[in-house]
Amino acid sequence: MVIDCDVHPTVPGMKTLLPYLDAHWREAVARRGIDDLNTISYPTINPLTYRADWRDETGRAATSPEMLARQALNPFGTSIAICNCLWGAQAAFSEDLGAAMARAVNDWIAKEWLDRDPRLRASIMVPQQNPDRTVDEIERLAHDKRFVQVLLLVGGEQTLGRRYYWPIYAAAERHGLTIGIHAGSMYRHQTTPIGWPSSYTEEYVNQATSFQSQLTSLITEGVFAKFPALTVVLMESGVSWLPAYFWRLTKFWKGLRSEVPWVSDPPGSIIRDRVRLTLQPFDAPPDDGGVMRLMEQIGSDEMLLFSTDYPHWQFEGLAAMPAGIDPGLAKKIMADNPLRTYVRLQQHTAQMEPVR
Amino acid sequence: MNVDVLNRSGIQPAATSKLAIADGDIHPRPAGVGIGGVSAALYPYMTKQWVEHVTAFGITYRQPWEKGSAYPKGQPQAARRDAWTPGGGSPGSDLAFMRQQHLDPNNVALGILNPLTSGQGAQNPDLSLAVCHATNEWQKAEWTSQDSRLKASVVVPYEDTVASVREIELRANDPDFAQVFLLSKTNEPLGQRRYWPIYEAAAATGMPIGIHAFGNGGWPNTTGGWASYYIEEMVGHSMAQQAVLTSLILEGVFERIPSLKVVLIEGGLAWAASLGWRLDAQWKKLKQELPGLKRAPSEYIRSNVWFTTQPIEEPDPRTQLAEVFDWIGWDRILFATDYPHWDYDDPAQALPFKMTEAQRRGIFQDNAKKVYRV
Repeated sequence: MVIDCDVHPTVPGMKTLLPYLDAHWREAVARRGIDDLNTISYPTINPLTYRADWRDETGRAATSPEMLARQALNPFGTSIAICNCLWGAQAAFSEDLGAAMARAVNDWIAKEWLDRDPRLRASIMVPQQNPDRTVDEIERLAHDKRFVQVLLLVGGEQTLGRRYYWPIYAAAERHGLTIGIHAGSMYRHQTTPIGWPSSYTEEYVNQATSFQSQLTSLITEGVFAKFPALTVVLMESGVSWLPAYFWRLTKFWKGLRSEVPWVSDPPGSIIRDRVRLTLQPFDAPPDDGGVMRLMEQIGSDEMLLFSTDYPHWQFEGLAAMPAGIDPGLAKKIMADNPLRTYVRLQQHTAQMEPVR
Repeated sequence: MNVDVLNRSGIQPAATSKLAIADGDIHPRPAGVGIGGVSAALYPYMTKQWVEHVTAFGITYRQPWEKGSAYPKGQPQAARRDAWTPGGGSPGSDLAFMRQQHLDPNNVALGILNPLTSGQGAQNPDLSLAVCHATNEWQKAEWTSQDSRLKASVVVPYEDTVASVREIELRANDPDFAQVFLLSKTNEPLGQRRYWPIYEAAAATGMPIGIHAFGNGGWPNTTGGWASYYIEEMVGHSMAQQAVLTSLILEGVFERIPSLKVVLIEGGLAWAASLGWRLDAQWKKLKQELPGLKRAPSEYIRSNVWFTTQPIEEPDPRTQLAEVFDWIGWDRILFATDYPHWDYDDPAQALPFKMTEAQRRGIFQDNAKKVYRV
């Protein structure tokens, strides 16, 4: 069994979403000429956004469930894939616009993707601009068990551990949804910790540092202590930074834990228990044995979840599994770990049918 | 200030440690005021006009408190409790006590002085220069000329490139100065063109650029907004250093100035291997965007960049550090204590795993001698 935990349907354009907007927004997008809210985190023409051999004549990929099945599911023998739509609803400065667009995308995903391929599941796109409206969107869709996760962008307005966001985590925990934090930004702040970058490459490389700071925030603010049943999945975060990161965090926790007394366990062990990462990109060491050495440093074989990151260009051909991962670990990454992570997959793999 | 001073009965007599060591991060501190003010110890090295200015207006940075810094530390002045001088003076303010507590017992043969709170990144650019210049004069008069084991850093007002270059040129032929000193959190990422004259001037003297954690560039310290806690700020220094190194490499600084040496200080180092892999992986796909890069990004780390050890990451088991050193290169690593700060790494205990004699000598002495040309 193969479960792909990070694939990205492309929103072809605003026209596609019109049937899912209410009368006010249908009129507004036409009158104001709001044609597209695709995020600059993944520009259409950028080489990374769509692998060259996956692009169609319009230069895009993943524009329909059939295309996704042909390119990302069938070749890998995938039984289940989790769709994370990366359209830019969260970047809207108006939370009203953000909420309308997130809602439209979710309804479009349900009707035109999940209904059409029983292998597909999805994350709930939310108006991250406002935690209350995020909770509203979660509550609206929680009954549909094909939504397995809440999708947040790693680059937000405030650090994600802050109490301001805790209603989101309460709602996710209540409904058996994981919190999936994905690369990308709302562009409220500079995209590197020291200022704005000069190139796309610089911004993309720095996404890994964004995950490091958000994970630090979630741990030090006490999210994992407050919500004991919550799992956080880092998606398209890179993997190999993890051990060096938690070695440092754990060291400072030893010296400074009186500042955050609710963090009662070493951060490294909290991370191993409660945090999962999708596989691509891995940012693997090039030396023989390096990947397994890194896995030993991570200290858990339960943290990685298979992903192709389709249609993003992270590897060639079918080489989604980094070279050097032993077969036993590969099996855990492909099936066991995702099934344990996503409660809603456990409930519904038996019949492999969409449940409405 | 309410400070508990621990007893110092554990201080060792001189030179009980066998191997003489280099310490790449020692913080001397002008006695008295820290960020938010200028120490009166620097007044002898400032003009009357600037002394009057700081007496009337103090010194301000892009941070919220009158007496800074933005995140209240875990201890007063972020210092070891036993590092306050016998007279109650600021940790790092007294050479005699530093000798007694650190330099002699740890057999420090080469100590690199990295003064903080020295006007770098101050909002008033002219004041920034005045305090940086005074700090350099103070280091020479009160530290390096008094103890030949110590070498000073040229503290520059990095947001004013022209003034920084002048300050570097002033020290170019003075063997008491071993590096040019920057902080990681600047008004723009440090690879950007406005800072290049500083690198060209440093390379011309043969001194490395040392980039130390901290600074007040004004940006939220994460890409998702301001962190809440001091622990987040401290852990976050490694992310800032990753971003600094990424900026330097991708902007092509090392292509432009191949002889430039960069020492990254107090931001950790275990992350450097993974960052190199990530940079290489993305560069392979996106290199068309960066025509100035002639080599894989990780190769510049191998040829132009060094890392000080403190605060050394602490894997369990510690032997995993050796695996990381293999990835980064043992010749890239410089031992440092961060004396007198609370998260000081003890040279006898910080690297508790097996090394070859050559590796040990490299990290504790030879690598530093090469970088700092002493």
